[in-house]
Amino acid sequence: MSRSTATVTASARHAQGTSIYGVEAIDCDVHVAVPSMNALVPYLDDYWRESVTTRGLERHSLNITGQPANAPVFARPDWRPAEGAPGTDLGALSKHLDAFGTKFAVANCMYGAQVLHHEDMAAALCGAVNEWIAREWLDREPRLRASIVLPIQNPKNCVEEIERRAGDKRFVQVLVPVMGEMTLGRRYYWPIYEACERHGLAVGIHAGSSYRYAPTSVGWTSYLFEDYVAQSAAFENQLLSFVAEGVFAKFPALKVVLMESGFAWLPPFLWRANKTWRGVRAETPWVKRSPGEIVREHVRITLQPVDEPPNREQLERTIEQIGSDSVLLFSTDFPHWHFDGLAALPEGLSPALVKKILLENPVETYSRLRDESAPKEIRQ
Amino acid sequence: MNINVKPKSESRAQPEQKLSVVDCDIHPATKSASELFPFMAKRWQEHAVTYGSHVRQGLSEGLAHPRMTPDVARLDAWPEDGSTPGSDPEFMRKQHLDANGVELGILIPLGRSGSHQRNLDYGAALCSAVNDWQISKFCDFDKRFRASITVTQEDAPTAVAEINKRAKERRFVQVLLPPRSQEPLGRRRYWPIYEAAVANKLPIGLHLGGMGGHPSTGSGMPSYYIEEHTSMVQTMQALIASMVIEGVFEKFPELQIVLIEGGFTWEPALRWRLDKHWKRFKSEVPHLKRAPSEYVIEHFRFTTQPIDEPEDPRDMRHIVDWIGVERLMFSTDYPHWDYDDPRYALNHLGLSEAEKRKIFSGNAKGFYGLQ
Repeated sequence: MSRSTATVTASARHAQGTSIYGVEAIDCDVHVAVPSMNALVPYLDDYWRESVTTRGLERHSLNITGQPANAPVFARPDWRPAEGAPGTDLGALSKHLDAFGTKFAVANCMYGAQVLHHEDMAAALCGAVNEWIAREWLDREPRLRASIVLPIQNPKNCVEEIERRAGDKRFVQVLVPVMGEMTLGRRYYWPIYEACERHGLAVGIHAGSSYRYAPTSVGWTSYLFEDYVAQSAAFENQLLSFVAEGVFAKFPALKVVLMESGFAWLPPFLWRANKTWRGVRAETPWVKRSPGEIVREHVRITLQPVDEPPNREQLERTIEQIGSDSVLLFSTDFPHWHFDGLAALPEGLSPALVKKILLENPVETYSRLRDESAPKEIRQ
Repeated sequence: MNINVKPKSESRAQPEQKLSVVDCDIHPATKSASELFPFMAKRWQEHAVTYGSHVRQGLSEGLAHPRMTPDVARLDAWPEDGSTPGSDPEFMRKQHLDANGVELGILIPLGRSGSHQRNLDYGAALCSAVNDWQISKFCDFDKRFRASITVTQEDAPTAVAEINKRAKERRFVQVLLPPRSQEPLGRRRYWPIYEAAVANKLPIGLHLGGMGGHPSTGSGMPSYYIEEHTSMVQTMQALIASMVIEGVFEKFPELQIVLIEGGFTWEPALRWRLDKHWKRFKSEVPHLKRAPSEYVIEHFRFTTQPIDEPEDPRDMRHIVDWIGVERLMFSTDYPHWDYDDPRYALNHLGLSEAEKRKIFSGNAKGFYGLQ
């Protein structure tokens, strides 16, 4: 269906306020990338600005091991800017939003500051990234919303950063990589979830690792391909951590969004989690409902990359097996390369489900998108 | 499953199990460490007493996620004399083999395995002892038992020697490796083991567990047993990805693997995921000549326990069809707490009689060459 309806021109769609899919669309995962340390320097305080110079940090690319910019999966050829790394060009992103007729898009910046061991340096750099996102992206592209990049090395610093950004309603969630120093459900992190719940921010967990540990329980993999495949397993681990630790019992309004790792793995994971929970639930008496029920209520998953089965019938069954039409959120994962042309939505979804995925689920997930007056109020 | 609701005699008064069963996962146990001593040189007996288990985790004997039942066992699986579940072949024969119509039962020795020892020579001594002990204590006791060759996978030449030594004994039906080894099992340091397995026409059995020293998630250790137990599924996924992507099956096209107690409902989604991303990562792994899913389908089989139970049983039937009935082999995990009873465990799969015969016995007989 995506290709057939894609013939309507971009300007005509804008007039109707709809996407190429005929309804409003919210793209819940697009990427912006820090081009160099120099881009952040204006947003650092004197101490850290001086540190950048004296320590030679401007020569330090902070490239993330798991995300080499030239790997095909991270740079769709026609979304690659003429100059610079994929995701560094506002014009390219705006063109992308035009092409789909996107109403809002949530920008995620995966940045090496989240990998550093010095937690104050991480806090300073994450703060600069967030300010840079607000000034260089959100101020210039009104359809853009963003995630607050959290200095996840220290929950106290995370909460301070959340408090600093919370007044800007264009930040709709916080962002952490799926693999870090500890399983994310642990109570150590709960101050972050308290702040997120209080401010109506979703907890965005994105594919990626700080490589504090091997990316799999069987050890260090040889290839990036293995690491990329392993992300879904990491999401499974984190989901069960959130459930088992009782995060959602403590923060009943919290929403968690899993980004960039498909969804076909979810049903079998929930079957296994449910069965194990039935056998050993005495261990975690605060988990009063099955993991499946809890996940369907609190967890959302962005669409791309669809880990698609070879045939449509299997895709339909897989979506049915999720057991809820509220879980999936539309995403293109721009500028990463998972599909060609405008074929971001799998074929054969019902119109009702398409509307849920494109619009209703994102609006339900990101409470801040419901506040339509926000952009004008906070623009300077 | 886990709670003593009836006296033992009554709990055994159940409908007769009529189907012939090959049980691909039975756990034999020792009554004590010294039970292995008759199969160990004096030097290693002394080592066991003096230094004991030296492994890549903080507790030498037990796991740091305590289980929810003593010895991870069914509460009714304790022999009358109170010895460890799985340690009394007579009791096992009565409670399991006879009662459940088990025609052949494959032993998966987990406790006291040498596979995890940091001292490789002690590990080799333990592995060799466990191999002798399986034959002596179980296979000689009842002809329905089959054994697994345990090896020190971190010392490939020693492992190869052990495989070659044991392969002549036809009651050994597979080489057993721990999924959580020091490195992903697709890495080349382990390839001599696969070469030896293929040369001796033995499959590799991978039963969940292991102490490779890596945390069970990419974000460190989880807090609870429910997480730790479930994380074994992700371990199996990583294992398949490693063995396929490293090109193990390009090198050893005859190698066959069975994943034991890791579940299987996740297999189709993993295959789709591997194929999806292979499209973008082809240039990183040019040694793969075919789509990853083809290697998975050709080289991996799965045991059934613990069988998943989705709210809608039709979901299970779909998964079984997507994987293929031929790739599933029944297992009970006797005497562990999450044991699957052959009378009931697969009833929600909607299997035909012919399919049941395959899963309960035919597939395993073909796979292991059992008679």
